[in-house]
Amino acid sequence: MLILLGIYFILAISLQLAVGFAGLLNLGHIAFYAIGAYASALLALAGWPWWLCFLLAGVVAMIFGFLLSLPTNKLKGDYLALATLGFSFVVYVVALNWKGLTNGSLGLPGIPKPIFFGFIFSDNFNFLLLTFFVAFISYFIIRKITSSPFGKALEATRDDELATRILGKSTFKIKSIALMLSAFFAGLAGSLYAHYITFIDPSSFTLTQLIPIITIIIIGGLASLKGTIIATIILVLLPESLSFVGFPSSIVGPARQIIYSLILLWILIYKPRGFYGKVELE
Amino acid sequence: MNGCSFNVKKNAITALIGPNGAGKSTIFNLISGIIKEDAGKIIFNGKDITHTSPEQISNLGISRLFQQTRLFGNLTVKENLLLAVNNEDTRFWKNLFSINKTTREEEKIKEMLKLVEMEEFENKLARELSFGQKRLIELARTILNPHSFLILDEPVAGISPKLRKKIAGILLNLKKSDATILLIEHDMNFTLSVSDSILVLEKGEVIARGTPEEIRNSPKVLEAYLGGQTKS
Repeated sequence: MLILLGIYFILAISLQLAVGFAGLLNLGHIAFYAIGAYASALLALAGWPWWLCFLLAGVVAMIFGFLLSLPTNKLKGDYLALATLGFSFVVYVVALNWKGLTNGSLGLPGIPKPIFFGFIFSDNFNFLLLTFFVAFISYFIIRKITSSPFGKALEATRDDELATRILGKSTFKIKSIALMLSAFFAGLAGSLYAHYITFIDPSSFTLTQLIPIITIIIIGGLASLKGTIIATIILVLLPESLSFVGFPSSIVGPARQIIYSLILLWILIYKPRGFYGKVELE
Repeated sequence: MNGCSFNVKKNAITALIGPNGAGKSTIFNLISGIIKEDAGKIIFNGKDITHTSPEQISNLGISRLFQQTRLFGNLTVKENLLLAVNNEDTRFWKNLFSINKTTREEEKIKEMLKLVEMEEFENKLARELSFGQKRLIELARTILNPHSFLILDEPVAGISPKLRKKIAGILLNLKKSDATILLIEHDMNFTLSVSDSILVLEKGEVIARGTPEEIRNSPKVLEAYLGGQTKS
């Protein structure tokens, strides 16, 4: 569970970079996660070393982030959300139907556990350390970006794109970089997921996987990394407490979705900026 | 616009006046690249800037103040101003690997805030300011944006009389330091006091041009726009 918490955290802070800081309502984030997972799995199954598969997972997702930024750069709000949602469906359908590459609905089994300079991250504790290390580095880099002048240019683009352009800044460049970086970290999270579960199929990357991530960034508060940490912990661990109380797994699954929905409703009504958000939801 | 053609004199303040809907803000939108021209040309410092993007126009040295307040509401006053001063904030790799040193820029900002008498608001979020305060900070941001040509759309709208005087002084000082200013302003007393020349626009056409004195006494202008506003 803690490994998934780390993976969710990387997904959430990378989405926070695009949605909270750059104002890009990207509903295609899970597609970058899928691209990273498939890229890493396919390369690893082809015998490439894990560390290279891991990095290339991020790079391949980042390239797709750039490609997605080209047609969507002029879109805003709901329109951008719909376009990125469409991208997410396209990636899902490709994963399902390009059987020669992805093995379709049968998925890719036997993805090797990470091996780094002879050390195998085979047991859960070692993998947990690896995941938390990647999560920490991701957090550190995203915090550095968002607190730098580039981060302020991102926030300016979110608040008023035209005013940002009038100050001589290319919002095309700013938004493309934001989407690429967001995709890069989602790709890394996908790689970690693939090598942790050792099996991936298209059903692991549906829209329902995006709901908890979006919920985390809204509850934590847009443009708040601190809020994202707290919301990830609450949202990943809270539904698990039901298992400890003694509810069967047939109830825990649906209950998780109900809990997410209730928390989201409560936040939207009573605390539209989330826990620590700078920006109010519109 | 309708066959509209005019020159703006260097190192001078030119005012653009006219009734609502005359096309004043449209001219500003054309100059700053927000609206694409159907026909005609815009020449800046001998260079054709027709069909140039807003960011390129800004980087050529044209800085614009909007009629509606367009501050970045979720950023502080200081961060808003830093965005105007810092030209390297979109260089991603430089920003990622450098330690943030903004001392020189911060000095400039402090000076500007002192000038508009808003030093104590430096760390306040822009959305928390009053309308007049927002207007002053936006004017400060426009001035801090590196420029040789300022286009100001109603710079003193919503500003107290005391601060109007202050802004008039700031604009006159900018002119002395080689800036060229084109402004739209409905407050005729302010316009007549700071401008070197005035262009009168009606239905997308320049119907009169001249010094403030000439415009004040032009029967055509009085009929079309001014009415009795400056007679008192």
